[in-house]
Amino acid sequence: MATIAQAETVSAARSQFLTPRTLRNIFAPILVTGLGLAVMLIFLLPLGYMLATAFKSDTQLTAQGAPQYPAQPATFNYEGKDYPLYDIPTDTGIRRLAIVHPYREDSDVVDPAHPEQGVFNVKGRWRTWTPIYSFAITWENFLAAWDEVNFPLLFRNSFILAIISTIGTLISCILVAYGFARFRIPGKNILFIILISTIVLPPQATIIPLYILFTKLGWTGSWLPLLVPAFFANAYDVFLLRQYFMGIPKELDEAAMIDGANPLRVLISVIIPQAIPAITAVTLFHFFFVWNQYFEPLVYLAGKEQLYPISVGIGAFVQTFARFPGRSAATAALTLLLPAVIFFLAQRQFMQGVVVTGVEK
Amino acid sequence: MSTAKVSTVRPLTFTQPKGKTSAFARQQRNWGLFFLLPWIIGFFLFQIGPILFTIFLSFTDYHGTSEFKLGNFNFVGLENYQKLFTDPQALPSMGVTLKFALIGIPLGLIVPLLFALLVNSKRLIGSSIFRTLFFLPTVIPVVAGTIIYSGVLNAQSGWINLGLKALGVADPPRWFTDPFWAGFALNLLAVWSVGNAMIILLAGLQGIPTELYEAATVDGANSIQRFFYITIPMLSPVIFYNITLGVILAFQYFVPALLIGTEVGNPQGSLLFFPLHFYRQAFVFSDFGYGSVLALVIFVITMIATGLLFFFGQRLVYYASAER
Repeated sequence: MATIAQAETVSAARSQFLTPRTLRNIFAPILVTGLGLAVMLIFLLPLGYMLATAFKSDTQLTAQGAPQYPAQPATFNYEGKDYPLYDIPTDTGIRRLAIVHPYREDSDVVDPAHPEQGVFNVKGRWRTWTPIYSFAITWENFLAAWDEVNFPLLFRNSFILAIISTIGTLISCILVAYGFARFRIPGKNILFIILISTIVLPPQATIIPLYILFTKLGWTGSWLPLLVPAFFANAYDVFLLRQYFMGIPKELDEAAMIDGANPLRVLISVIIPQAIPAITAVTLFHFFFVWNQYFEPLVYLAGKEQLYPISVGIGAFVQTFARFPGRSAATAALTLLLPAVIFFLAQRQFMQGVVVTGVEK
Repeated sequence: MSTAKVSTVRPLTFTQPKGKTSAFARQQRNWGLFFLLPWIIGFFLFQIGPILFTIFLSFTDYHGTSEFKLGNFNFVGLENYQKLFTDPQALPSMGVTLKFALIGIPLGLIVPLLFALLVNSKRLIGSSIFRTLFFLPTVIPVVAGTIIYSGVLNAQSGWINLGLKALGVADPPRWFTDPFWAGFALNLLAVWSVGNAMIILLAGLQGIPTELYEAATVDGANSIQRFFYITIPMLSPVIFYNITLGVILAFQYFVPALLIGTEVGNPQGSLLFFPLHFYRQAFVFSDFGYGSVLALVIFVITMIATGLLFFFGQRLVYYASAER
């Protein structure tokens, strides 16, 4: 018989382990993570839809009652040929049978579990029976998208545009940021405020005259209107680099200058090596920015399909989605493949860059 | 008796005579300006110049179809501006933009804030994975995202509607084919790009000193009070930045609308955003004169909005650093 003292010891021991605090420490993470997973699932739902649709065959997309995951009709091979499986209501209950030959009011079927019984007939309209599917992905959409849209060409165009534009941006923005970060210039603060305020400038305000200018120069219909301005720095990246440069201690600068280095030399040998994280961030940002651009290429390259970057080249697929869902989804998947891969490889630099630009205000 | 003249001894300071800059200072300035040159040139060539030119064009009837020479256009005074008042699509398209902004800007603040709070939670397992996945859609090109959304919001086969039907909704919205719902569908698409704001808010959250929370708890504040009296005020610079950016971008938003509704803003003009209206006038009809007026409207609104935000922002925003 348990004594009160023993009961007290037990409850004292138990309260050491299962306090409300401990319970909370166990359940709260589960709840919160569960909630997070639910939110994430809904958030990334469109991606799931894209992947599922991209791997479905056109027949599945138009078939009634086809499942949401990529699948082919499950088949049973009988005497050298594949016949589709259905769940068929018979006198003996619902049986999974393969239809060998469908007619209007009945069908010839064979039982996969007992093929030796041969082909027999079941009454009923086969279109009302439930088809059986098994998971199967098909690559036909990707192949069609690749060819139809001339994906290699679009990809190459986007790539070249992004690389050249990023090189121009890096050169110009590093130079300008260095000027803002390290030199005493009269009126520098005002200039910096002007720089920042250009972030606010809507592209619509400048595009008409720029279009006229580039037409006069004969540059429309080529990549030049997209590439040349990149060599003149942009506020966003200059801001990021300037903030970072200002955080680099001046001692090394000064040591180099004492050794006779001119400012350009200091930039190349002292500042840039210490600014690799920020430079990486700018490279990534700008690469994605160009990859994503739609408005300016659309305006300047109108009609020159050979020069279209990916974004413009696949724009038509938004409209055709309803008619060619598989192909459109596959195209979208191909388009986001490169940015996604680069992003996963360089996440940290990416998100650090976002922070420096956004928080340092 | 002569008053002793105390010779004033000048302290041995090396003061510059006023008005003369040293050689070193000049060198600094020249090098500095040299490095700033790319931006300065670009600023005049690609920004100031074009804006002035846009203003100039707004007073002409120049059409983009002919070459830009003196003979090809006329000065028409305020005729283009008058057209702004008689344009049947000017006001409605501004309405489309405003409706989108009214929903999109708060959404673009609340959703990333919630995500940031979730990711920041100590109770979350694998928060870095969550952070990466929430940010992922922002690197997806806009066009690809629009394709994906036009699929997932498809009235018949899209998962959103299938899900709604499964939950018992009898007649789910026809999203992009319904003039009422098309704008909201674009708001949903815009939610995908909250990753940027989330990261910034997250960094802001992590920068809030925990002592503040501890002090508040000691004083008896519950978690709701802690949120509204500590978290939000300490985040106010970041929130302000996000609102400003949101307003600026909202008045330039039109690419997904162009992709889905084409340049007429289907269905039935429900997607005719003001910048889309501009695009149509300027680059489909080549009416550069009137287009310039529309562009200037966007410009002026953006400037006013930014100015107002900064003016009120300075009062409402609490900056932890003392120098503000």
